[in-house]
Amino acid sequence: MKYLAFPKKKQQRVASEVFKATRRDFLKAGGMLAGGFVLGVSLFSCDNKGNKKGPFAPNVYLKISDSGEVIIIAHRSEMGQGIRTSLPLVVADELGADWGKVQIVQAEGDEKKYGNQNTDGSFSIRMFYKPMREAGAVAKQLLIQVAAKRWDVPVSECDTESSQVIHKTSARKIGFGELAGEAAELPVPAAKDIKLKSRAQFSMIGKATSIIDLPAITSGQAVFGIDAAVEGMKVAVIKRCPVVGGSVKSFTDEKTRAIPGVLQVVSIKGAGLPATLNKPLAGVAVIAENTWAAIKGRDLLEVTWDLGPNASYDSNQQIKELVQKVSGGEGTPRRNRGDFKSARANARKTIERTYIAPHLAHATMEPPCALAVVKDGFCEIWACTQNPQGARDVVAEVLGFPVEKVKVNVTLLGGGFGRKSKPDFIVEAAMLAKQTGLPIKVQWTREDDIHHDYFHALSVQHVVATIDKDNKLSGWNHHIAYPSISATSDISVMQPDDGEMMLGAVDFPYDVPAIRIETHDAKTQLRVGWLRSVRNIPQVFAIATMLDEVAEARGMDPVAHALDLLGPDRNITFNEEIVKGTYPNYGEDIANYPWETRRMKAVIERVAKESGWGKKLPKGSGLGFAAHKSFLTYVACVVRVTVDASGKISIPHVHYAVDCGTAVNIDRIKSQFEGGAQFAASFALKSAITFKNGRVEQNNFDGYEIIRMPDSPKEIHVHIIDSEDKPTGVGEPPVPPFAPALCNAVYAATGKRVYQLPIRLNG
Amino acid sequence: MVEALEDMPLLWVLRDLIGLKGTKFGCGVAQCGACTVHLNDTAVRSCSVPVSAVGENKITTIEGLSEHGDHPLQLAWQKHLVPQCGYCQTGQIMNAAALLKSNPKPSEDEIEQTMAGNLCRCGTYNRIKAAILTASSGLKS
Repeated sequence: MKYLAFPKKKQQRVASEVFKATRRDFLKAGGMLAGGFVLGVSLFSCDNKGNKKGPFAPNVYLKISDSGEVIIIAHRSEMGQGIRTSLPLVVADELGADWGKVQIVQAEGDEKKYGNQNTDGSFSIRMFYKPMREAGAVAKQLLIQVAAKRWDVPVSECDTESSQVIHKTSARKIGFGELAGEAAELPVPAAKDIKLKSRAQFSMIGKATSIIDLPAITSGQAVFGIDAAVEGMKVAVIKRCPVVGGSVKSFTDEKTRAIPGVLQVVSIKGAGLPATLNKPLAGVAVIAENTWAAIKGRDLLEVTWDLGPNASYDSNQQIKELVQKVSGGEGTPRRNRGDFKSARANARKTIERTYIAPHLAHATMEPPCALAVVKDGFCEIWACTQNPQGARDVVAEVLGFPVEKVKVNVTLLGGGFGRKSKPDFIVEAAMLAKQTGLPIKVQWTREDDIHHDYFHALSVQHVVATIDKDNKLSGWNHHIAYPSISATSDISVMQPDDGEMMLGAVDFPYDVPAIRIETHDAKTQLRVGWLRSVRNIPQVFAIATMLDEVAEARGMDPVAHALDLLGPDRNITFNEEIVKGTYPNYGEDIANYPWETRRMKAVIERVAKESGWGKKLPKGSGLGFAAHKSFLTYVACVVRVTVDASGKISIPHVHYAVDCGTAVNIDRIKSQFEGGAQFAASFALKSAITFKNGRVEQNNFDGYEIIRMPDSPKEIHVHIIDSEDKPTGVGEPPVPPFAPALCNAVYAATGKRVYQLPIRLNG
Repeated sequence: MVEALEDMPLLWVLRDLIGLKGTKFGCGVAQCGACTVHLNDTAVRSCSVPVSAVGENKITTIEGLSEHGDHPLQLAWQKHLVPQCGYCQTGQIMNAAALLKSNPKPSEDEIEQTMAGNLCRCGTYNRIKAAILTASSGLKS
């Protein structure tokens, strides 16, 4: 089969985001061999004259072979959000490909080729929707040019459908494969000449498309990290220091070595302190012929630890200390508007509450695991990773290899939620593979996962709201303390960082004359990471439950109250009131992605309408409301609960309204909201991690509970605002408003306010 | 023919020794259901069944549930687009399949109680329930 490649000089045309790539690039990218033509899309910027700035940085690849196969590279990690389907379908829709025959190839981790592959922050669709459309549209234009010339008709009379170019007036058709070779010779159109489909022309975008891995999943054939294997692979299970920052003093392994199948016992030097976001904990690895022998051997190890400075950490004690701190005085100001002191002095009524939330573990159903082979100065990894590039970089660093000598293959992820963006478990496999010369799969047990996670950190907050003589909310003072994610990399960090404060704290959108947001010191004695929607979880729990109380104190309905407090339609910028730095806006220019009160009000009005908000409910039932914008997506939520005489909470209905701009895959938006409600129901009702003597007290799903079917929210209705705005993500935004809406519903049903999560811990 | 230590859980015999990887490891202590297989017609947590306890009994894994991945539950799972990450789903399907064998027309409450042992962190519970109801509606009671 003839392959038409394009020299890179030609590819790097100025002011064009779409380029043609060489066969060599595609081989590296996806290992595909067939001929045809290949397109990449880069996100590099151009100067005013259209000259490219920065390095050649292709992002995605689309290939059409001479036999008409359409191959699309999925460069983001699939962990249940459906991205392996939703981005390729965007390409296929613009191209007019036969979706049933599109092949999707998962990309290895390579920043130079694919740009950012760190799949978190709900930004895959936001960042790649437009370039993916352009890739599809350019390919379509080139194919049409070839067909039109062959037929001697104007290109305007041609279109694509089912991987064919069609001449609309004569109904003639030519398959993509017959055109690909010639299309490869044509220059890529300039960015301004790329013609994208109109909304009415979409065949898949905005509809429900089933995930490409569905039959593989239901038949047990899908390959997750745990399923990766190579010939001669051995399994390592590791006993890690129970206290973060500790180290191995000595160990005894006679009993371990007596287990049939145990091969080697190897010490792992951990990162120490700071624990870092990518290096392993100190431990002793048992390498065996199979997982069971490794687990048994590990359990029989006798290790003497130097537990280090965190050996006395007690999380309940920390909560007590932080309660004193946040309610007892001034903190570091982070946002200031007006004069809160004066608002307080002139208040008719002051409401003061303290909110507590615990540490949480991600508990992905697939525990962390990774396979590494180190041979002849090259390291190849197979792993369930959200961040293959980050893994590649740190493996190269730790092994002392150039980054080109490390390849990270991405499997399906059995859940991610932020845990698998940390490559510590991958580094463990790489280190052990290098040291032993054996192909090593590191397998975490559930106990390992619960004990040694990068936890969502506990939080203590104190909110003071003042109501003036005119019954207006005149002042809002939010005190916040929690161990910061930044402290995992720098133990001197004692307060939330700017990124954490952006997540539902300083972006308080309500039009209150005096706003003061302050943070307090909290020491970090565990590994803290990010968990689905991160600090939005506790910060919005405090804000939205307090607003419910304020509405009541003002004699207003909570929904009407929220609409009133948002004020007139406007775009909020926050910058002028942020004490230090600027509002990060999830990494986007706020001019391109403004905070629009109009859109927030629209989701609130929609959810109120759809949920039957305001209707009278029987005793023991209640509706609760909360709204929150996170990751640039607007969400409002109404939860209905019933609480029986024993205090047992049932959740018969949940309604969400969401404005995520253009809806790409309706079904996966809905499924993310359904799952987001369940995820939030877990930590609202069940989950909590506690530390005593520096060690996690829970071991498995018996101690660290997540929601099960009988207790789970029953009907979850998702109402998507019809929009042509730029699309934004939906992986995380469903989570934050659920818990406060639930707590407000519990209050409506019982008259009892919730100040601590999970709800079971309230007195 | 594989040889295993007699205390090796069936899960690891299936996965590591036989290479049947559709059965997943989730907790190791029969708390999550990801490793559910059938021992004869009964759903068991293979992480907590030592291989010595299997004896002459028949084991069915997801790979053996249907020849072409077309068991009524597998089809219903596809119809309702149940999976998100998919990791727990083979265990869910196996647990549901054992339920329908013993009780072809379960009530919603019976479904919930039977499926309570199977965790899904992605939160696909409502679609799982809908899929089981769909599959059961096509079965004779």
